[in-house]
Amino acid sequence: MAERRVTVESETGLHARPAATFVRVAAGAAPDITVAKGDGEPVNAKSILAVLALDVRRGDTVVIRAEGDGAEEVLDRLALIAAAP
Amino acid sequence: MSDRDRPAGALVGRGVSPGVGFGPVHVVSREASAPDPGACHDGDAEAERARAARALERVAADLERGGERAGGEAEEILGAQALMARDPELAAAVAGLVGAGAGAARAVYEGFGRYRALLAAAGGYLGERVADLDDVRDRVVAVLEGRSPGGPPFRAAEPYVLIARDLAPADTVALSRETVAAFVTEEGGPTSHTAILARAMGVPAVVACPGATSIAPGTPVLVDGSSGLVWPGPSGDEVAAAIGGTAAGGAVIGGTAVRGTAAGAERADPGMATGPGATSDGHAVPLLANIGGPRDVRDALRYGAEGVGLLRTEFLFLDRAAAPAEEEQVAAYLEVLEAFPGGRVVVRTLDVGADKFPAFLPGEKEPNPALGRRGIRFFEKYPEIMGGQLRALARAAARSRATLQVMAPMVATAEEAARYVTACREAGLPSAGVMIEVPSAALRAFDLALTADFFSIGTNDLAQYTFAADRGSGALAALQDAWQPALLDLVALAAAGAAERGRPCGVCGEAAGDPVLACVLVGLGVTSLSMAPASLPAVRAALSRHTRERCLLAARAARAAISPGEARAAALSLLPGADTPPPRRHAAR
Repeated sequence: MAERRVTVESETGLHARPAATFVRVAAGAAPDITVAKGDGEPVNAKSILAVLALDVRRGDTVVIRAEGDGAEEVLDRLALIAAAP
Repeated sequence: MSDRDRPAGALVGRGVSPGVGFGPVHVVSREASAPDPGACHDGDAEAERARAARALERVAADLERGGERAGGEAEEILGAQALMARDPELAAAVAGLVGAGAGAARAVYEGFGRYRALLAAAGGYLGERVADLDDVRDRVVAVLEGRSPGGPPFRAAEPYVLIARDLAPADTVALSRETVAAFVTEEGGPTSHTAILARAMGVPAVVACPGATSIAPGTPVLVDGSSGLVWPGPSGDEVAAAIGGTAAGGAVIGGTAVRGTAAGAERADPGMATGPGATSDGHAVPLLANIGGPRDVRDALRYGAEGVGLLRTEFLFLDRAAAPAEEEQVAAYLEVLEAFPGGRVVVRTLDVGADKFPAFLPGEKEPNPALGRRGIRFFEKYPEIMGGQLRALARAAARSRATLQVMAPMVATAEEAARYVTACREAGLPSAGVMIEVPSAALRAFDLALTADFFSIGTNDLAQYTFAADRGSGALAALQDAWQPALLDLVALAAAGAAERGRPCGVCGEAAGDPVLACVLVGLGVTSLSMAPASLPAVRAALSRHTRERCLLAARAARAAISPGEARAAALSLLPGADTPPPRRHAAR
């Protein structure tokens, strides 16, 4: 299981546009992907409702995990999106 | 009418989209009744699950199409709603509920319920998304129950004032400014979609106005999107007073079309005063639009912009994994340039850094981003990005019938200005200016004007840096007031420095969109005004009512004041009627 830990820098947190971009990229990738706020319960990264409900704000750390073909690549992309200010 | 006492019988909410609208009330009620908790399907769970999945996909596709048609903010909002309808976790929950016997409609209703509670509990931004979620849910339930999703009428004999408890974004995008005179909602805040979309549409809006839905349908209502006043049954005189001084355009008052549109309005919204900006004695003040990309061109044209005074280019660079190719940039710039043949388009080169980086140029986070390496300071660090953008701009300029000018953000010194102008010249760009956003640049404007071809004052950042007050901080809003005499002084200094060297000096901050302040800026020596497109009509009207001499006197009076409130009052006393917002006008067709 590959993993990335990133601090969310966007002013709006992982809401609005960053959340939609994040979920679209996750949904377009083959591996199963989860995202968790800090050490909280991981949720399906392909679910906009689950990602919004995490209520990730600026400065929060998220842990993104993926398993399967292409896991590393998609994690790199998602980490960039989550960390983008 | 923002400073008057509340008239008897009027309601007050929060004005979130400026302008005055008047028309009969249409109340939208979307209280979809919840599907019966005991509703079961007929035993074929497989078929029922497929039915639910089809309904979800149909709504997702509808929302996506609606968004694509509308473009801009609406596309983003509806796109996010489509993602909700296609949510895999939701689909799994619905399938599970159907498996347990629930009918598809009930399963969808309950499936959304869990997330609804989570968002509502979070409050703030997420709380305001509950309306989006409910809208998706109600649409899917309506499809499953074979009903139309309801919502406001798309066509009406006369523009109406749309009142609702809360509006779904999908409702507001289907509407046009020809059908809606104003929006009023009982709920919602300044970041609710009703507010965002109303501003994008240029329709006045008031949110958080309790009691609004109890106004009887059909009652004529006057809505002031600045002060938040919602006034049922005003007299004809009162309506005329609110709408007064805007005789340049057509208006619908009490359902009667008052005729008169300015000439040459073919490409602009009929009913909107158009034509080049000028004072009443004919001193020209070009009125330009601030836009965020080609998508906003339509609005700029509709409100009669003479060109673009600020084209932000971040749309080409943010939210993407690699730098945009020159070809792509050229095409995007041309799309804007071609809308203004013979006009001018001022492009602000990439303004990122410190707290906002393109994904392909991840920078170091800085402890104090407002004072960090941003704007020109960041741009210069990446010569390949800067060179690429300047080359693309030069190519677009060479192929266009509009005049393209470029300007750098966050310039603090004459050396920075000189380096930037040299780089622009080398790329083949004939006109290169700088933004005045840092007090040092305003103080030494005369030096910067040695190389810079023009200035454009960004009043928002200039205020932030002058008063050491974070522009994002609501608690410090008083220090962000563009009427602060110290800010007016800096504007005057910058304009004087430019004038001494024969260079133009525009303003492209929010201050330019305030009709009274716009007159004062002209009096301070500002040569052009660029603003959100929807603000153009009010500014055009205010300028056309006063002479340049009056503007000079008002500017002098404002600078003599010692507080923003006094400055405004002093200016207004010399500029009677400048603060009367033009109404939402609708031409008779």
